[in-house]
Amino acid sequence: MKKLINGADSIVTDALRGIAAAHPALRVDLENRIVFRAGAPTPGKVGLVSGGGSGHEPLHGGFVGYGMLDAACPGEVFTSPVPDQIIEATKGVDGGAGVLHIVKNYTGDVLNFEMAAELGGDEGVEVATVLVDDDVAVQDSLFTAGRRGTGATLFVEKIAGALAETGAPLAEVARAAREVNERSRSFGVALSACTVPAAGKPTFELSDAEIELGIGIHGEPGRARAPMGEAREIVRTAMDAIHADLPLSGETLVMVNGMGGTPLIELYIVFAEVEAYLREKGATAARSLVGNYVTSLDMQGFSVTTCSLTGELTRLWDAPVETPALRWGR
Amino acid sequence: MNTDFFAAWIDEIAAAVRARRDHLTQLDAAIGDADHGANLDRGFTAVREALAGASPHTPGALLVLVGSTLIRKVGGASGPLYGTAFREMGKAFGEAAEVSPAELSTALDAALSGVRRLGAAAEGDKTMVDALAPAARALAQAVRDGLKAEEALEATAAAAEQGAEATIPLQARKGRASYLGPRSIGHEDPGAASTALLFGALRAAASR
Repeated sequence: MKKLINGADSIVTDALRGIAAAHPALRVDLENRIVFRAGAPTPGKVGLVSGGGSGHEPLHGGFVGYGMLDAACPGEVFTSPVPDQIIEATKGVDGGAGVLHIVKNYTGDVLNFEMAAELGGDEGVEVATVLVDDDVAVQDSLFTAGRRGTGATLFVEKIAGALAETGAPLAEVARAAREVNERSRSFGVALSACTVPAAGKPTFELSDAEIELGIGIHGEPGRARAPMGEAREIVRTAMDAIHADLPLSGETLVMVNGMGGTPLIELYIVFAEVEAYLREKGATAARSLVGNYVTSLDMQGFSVTTCSLTGELTRLWDAPVETPALRWGR
Repeated sequence: MNTDFFAAWIDEIAAAVRARRDHLTQLDAAIGDADHGANLDRGFTAVREALAGASPHTPGALLVLVGSTLIRKVGGASGPLYGTAFREMGKAFGEAAEVSPAELSTALDAALSGVRRLGAAAEGDKTMVDALAPAARALAQAVRDGLKAEEALEATAAAAEQGAEATIPLQARKGRASYLGPRSIGHEDPGAASTALLFGALRAAASR
């Protein structure tokens, strides 16, 4: 697999240079590897910090801006950020109202955010944490590291970000963030493996006749391998898994997310099937996103994320947002 | 074993990680996310720079600096876990200028408890604990048997290697490999493999 890079060791830095150059509304701290809102911190506003491995663009740097994150900490490709980064980001976005850490449930992310909270405990910033764990593909979670955090991270960041923008206190913002997570479910499918630049070859081999069901966002294999089929069948498998875990009903926020290597035309085909499935269950796709939001480098595939809406969550979802990858209403 | 001995250990680790970087990454590609070798290599490169800049004077200070640097530079799960292991060992050594195999054994127990507390992993979960715990046991036994330092470290390294190999038939219950369920069976755990590498480096430092 060819990669448009200068070298495997400078990927994150080189990408951050590009982000800084392309988006004047952001301030990029290249030394600490943090993407800030240019005006951070906002006095009196709860600061939102998220982060995780690189390779999932636009997550998280693309979601820094008005109505969403105040800072993002990108780690190396598929590797969580380090505590120093998280501490610096946290200090840099504290406007006096405390900081919410939005953490995806992966062992590395959890440990590094915990270490940051521990090591940074003397900095005097009030920190609350929401753990995103929406992936229904992880079964028997008592015997694993628990459900992974995937697409719902975007929902949590958007809705908590909108609430923080109104001046709501930290406890309120954290409560809403957790509510979004509890109401959200995801399932991912891979048509191909991705290629981590440092490894230089695909993470696993998948023939043209096979797909991986129940993948995370790091190119790791899924919970099962299945024969390739029509989009309709594959979507049904994904939606059945979601519906079995949290029955779909009422107004639903839906994201059909590409993993980085899937054309939009295919994602829209998937969305049509998702929408039909929802109607069949008596639910509606009241709000939707179709595109590449939480990717796995060059992987072909998609994930579906649903969130059962309430009046408050719909209002916060519709609230203005202005970030590189998500913007409306302003 | 004095500060120079532990500095030599770190050199041996850095060289072993560099030599086995691709192998560790391939093990990780099978059941994780294909970055373990690259991460540790980056971490121990940073560790050597930190040691060159600070030149700590006791084994304890040296290992605490190693641990803190790993936490700060590696990321992922291996940064905090290995970082904690080295920090706990260093703290157990205190201010001592030289440590005996018995003191190393106590420090290794502290490292093991630190890792188990942080990762909430038990033996058999297919993690680095599956190499670390047998190594700690083997060293404790060697101390009880009154073995010389070099023989004690030989036994420790051998136990870690056997422990890592014994993860192959296990199903992962912690870390990213746990998401694969039964499909994680048949692969050596990359964390256990790198732990075995660390103890192999300890043996190499002893025979220098």
